[in-house]
Amino acid sequence: MAKRVEASNVTAYYGGFKAIENINLTVEPKTVTALIGPSGCGKSTFLRSINRMHEVLPGARVEGNLTIDGQDIYDRDVDVTAVRRMIGMVFQRPNPFPTMSIFENVVAGLRLNGVRRKSILEETAEKALRSANLWDEVKDRLGKPGAGLSGGQQQRLCIARTIAVEPQVVLMDEPCSALDPISTLAIEDLMFQLKDKFTIIIVTHNMQQAARVSDRTAFFSIEKTGDPGRLIEYDNTQKIFSNPSQKKTEDYITGRFG
Amino acid sequence: MTSTLTPSRPRPPAQPATLRARRLPAYAAPAIAVAAVLLAAAVVYGAGIGGPVLVVVIAALLYLVGLFVATNAVEGRRSARNRTWSALIHSAFVLAVLPLASVVWTLVSKGSERLDGNFFGTSMNNIGARDANGGAYHAIVGTLEQVGIAALITVPLGVLCAIYVVEYGRGRFAFAIRFFVDVMTGIPSIVTGLFVLAFWVLIVSPWFNDGRPSFSGFAAALALSVLMLPTIVRSTEEMLRLVPAPLREGAYALGVPKWKTILRVVLPTALPGIVTGIMLAIARAAGETAPVLLVAGGGASINFNPFENNQSSLALFVYQQAGEASKYSPARAWTAALTLVALVLVLTVAAKLLARRNRLGR
Repeated sequence: MAKRVEASNVTAYYGGFKAIENINLTVEPKTVTALIGPSGCGKSTFLRSINRMHEVLPGARVEGNLTIDGQDIYDRDVDVTAVRRMIGMVFQRPNPFPTMSIFENVVAGLRLNGVRRKSILEETAEKALRSANLWDEVKDRLGKPGAGLSGGQQQRLCIARTIAVEPQVVLMDEPCSALDPISTLAIEDLMFQLKDKFTIIIVTHNMQQAARVSDRTAFFSIEKTGDPGRLIEYDNTQKIFSNPSQKKTEDYITGRFG
Repeated sequence: MTSTLTPSRPRPPAQPATLRARRLPAYAAPAIAVAAVLLAAAVVYGAGIGGPVLVVVIAALLYLVGLFVATNAVEGRRSARNRTWSALIHSAFVLAVLPLASVVWTLVSKGSERLDGNFFGTSMNNIGARDANGGAYHAIVGTLEQVGIAALITVPLGVLCAIYVVEYGRGRFAFAIRFFVDVMTGIPSIVTGLFVLAFWVLIVSPWFNDGRPSFSGFAAALALSVLMLPTIVRSTEEMLRLVPAPLREGAYALGVPKWKTILRVVLPTALPGIVTGIMLAIARAAGETAPVLLVAGGGASINFNPFENNQSSLALFVYQQAGEASKYSPARAWTAALTLVALVLVLTVAAKLLARRNRLGR
């Protein structure tokens, strides 16, 4: 199921502005990889270029090579929707579809891609909600609107929605930044369980979180405002947080940055 | 130490010793109002310079001044300003609602005279100046058919156009569309009538009518379409832009194609607003007189066929009856006006209910 993501010389632009430059990084299957770094250093841009969400914005483009198990996802013949089905994404703010119920939200990915059989939808919804640790809280109100849940529940609903389409890789863009500590803990626990099946890449500003959940950590940084973000160091999480090889990484994680 | 370096920083206001302050008693405002009305009535009727309207105007001014002075004396300057502005805002609301209430009252009181089965069941065929009967059946049929056809043409076209501009349009072409839609918004209705008269009635309709030009309800529907299109495009555009980008991205991230995202996520989210815009356009079209007069010609008899011969409409019926030399026609005009307003109201409420049924109950 889970797949290896390889980036080589990835450079991304917003119009004329170069946001990241020459990122080289390999993410192993069934691991959690954390991307950390100061604001504006291009972590989110890099994350969004992994499932081709970067190009949704007008004028945005990506250069370089991004492969998933050896397949170039920026190849001319590649279907963007197939890439995104294989590489799911959870956003910073929970974004359940407001016109849909909890059930419809979870199966939205299947239903909007043509799955109609009710038995399949119901089975998938229960499985996804159980995996997202949300089933017990919502099983009696699946017909209620998804937007009526609390923030933490909404975010877990979005995670359930993402894993319901059975992607190989799950990208998370600061999934806990809008949540309280208890919901954050629930989602961190969830990541441990999801690691068995998916490759997870998470952007976070919270270094304790990166240290808790990830196997490997990538530190991104910029020289100064206006410069492109670069990958400074990429290593096992324990090494990064105990004995980083780069001075910049050490400055950042000890809070002496900038 | 730092404060000596920045001497220009404004000082915060002095803290009051207590949070409690003197307040006007609750009966003060009504008492000032009553006193203002009595004083105004005494002045107006005592001097014999006007009637009840002048009393209300003077009383309102006296009330504002009295309220300010009384509050200023007891509660202080800030509180006095607050109360006076609140009173002004409430007065503005009343002023805005007054004409509306007046219109509704006039329509209901004058329109109820001919609100009978005969009015809704007969046309004006063979009704002379001395006949008390006659009705607007033919005009109701005309309005429903013309506005219905116009909506059938415009709603899909307008919504698709807005989707193009918001979701797909890049560069000059989309800009040109937006610009011309803006220009179209300003076209007077008589001009759209002239356009359809010149283009459809005089040039196209002879092909279907043995070489002779022909008025028709369809021509009126075309003219109304030209009027409705920019309203629908602009309102739909605004509503689509209000749909948050993260919703679209959420759908894309599930591998949903763009067209399906628009159809199943963006449109349903914006639906209540889009329906409101469409109903505004329909209400505007249903009230148009000039284009219908120019290209459908009006008429006294019932014509169910919108593609042939003259048709009337409610607005046109009101216009014609209001100008007719018969003591019975003004009542017919008022009732037709009431019918028109009621029709638009019913359509709007029905559309809103339909749009809401789509949303989920909590």
